[in-house]
Amino acid sequence: MNPVLANLLPNINSIFVWKGMFAQHTILEFNKTALMAFVSTAICISLFWAGSRRRALVPTGVQNITEYSYELVEENISLAAIGEDGRSWTPFFATLFFWIFFINIFEVVPGVAFPATSRLSIPLFLALISWGTFIVTGFVKQGPKYFWHNVSPPGVPFALKFLVVPIEIFSKYLVRPFSLAVRLFANMTAGHVLLAIFAIMTDQLLLARNSGWYQAVFSPLPFAGLVAFTGFEILVAVLQAYIFTILTAVYINESLHPEH
Amino acid sequence: MHTLILGAIAPNELKNGLSSVGYGLAAIGPGIGIGYLVGQSVQAMARQPEMAGNVRTTMFLGIAFAEALALIGFVLHFI
Repeated sequence: MNPVLANLLPNINSIFVWKGMFAQHTILEFNKTALMAFVSTAICISLFWAGSRRRALVPTGVQNITEYSYELVEENISLAAIGEDGRSWTPFFATLFFWIFFINIFEVVPGVAFPATSRLSIPLFLALISWGTFIVTGFVKQGPKYFWHNVSPPGVPFALKFLVVPIEIFSKYLVRPFSLAVRLFANMTAGHVLLAIFAIMTDQLLLARNSGWYQAVFSPLPFAGLVAFTGFEILVAVLQAYIFTILTAVYINESLHPEH
Repeated sequence: MHTLILGAIAPNELKNGLSSVGYGLAAIGPGIGIGYLVGQSVQAMARQPEMAGNVRTTMFLGIAFAEALALIGFVLHFI
């Protein structure tokens, strides 16, 4: 880091760690991250409640938005990954998708500018929900033999099973929740740091009037970068919500329809 | 020579620098992988436009898996 950035951003924690609002230093400490989780829940509930309050045959207004977004999830996630019997899973996927989306999109909302998914606890818990769901689904659908079928693919010779089974156990029960969590976390963290650094550069070059002649020449560059990356982060917020949900759908599909 | 250079850098800065180099190395593989994957997907979509939806879904899945490697390299920076 160059001296300017090092002075303005002394520690990477300064843009991720927030002071507790009440009940500080206890297990019930409530900070910005927790508040955002509640706000995202409230937005999801109120949007879909408003959309389904007065159900008309020809949808208007909010009902249009909710029906369209629900169908978007149904077509692109449940039908694409699971197939026809994935329709009953759409409420779960829609909940996951919209909750993650609303919590991600706060990254570019002025005044908030912080995605709560860039704290590892929230993606980790979401990944554990997804992990628990696909294991329980497999157990319910296939019975106890699910745990063996899942780690020993059919058609593998007996001698190779000593190699394949540990790898499959590792990749299905350990790597899956870890990679789901880290993917969401790292994308949002990277985006947040990127936007913060571009905002600091813009602030220093565009607003601070003491840097010298090169200010006039170079100041538009970080500003243009900030605008461009804000657009890019909107794309990332949608894409990461989509990827998290469709990976969950793919894992659940494996539990519902085992290979033969 | 190298002891002189290393001696002039504080250990913390050296670690930060090495993490950045590590992230750069970690980004090579996924970069090639994602480029190849998207290129092939575009070719598939151009050859068979009616399969575009399926190909796009699978493409995003592949990108997610390839990208995870680069992101793990990024996370190591903070550890």
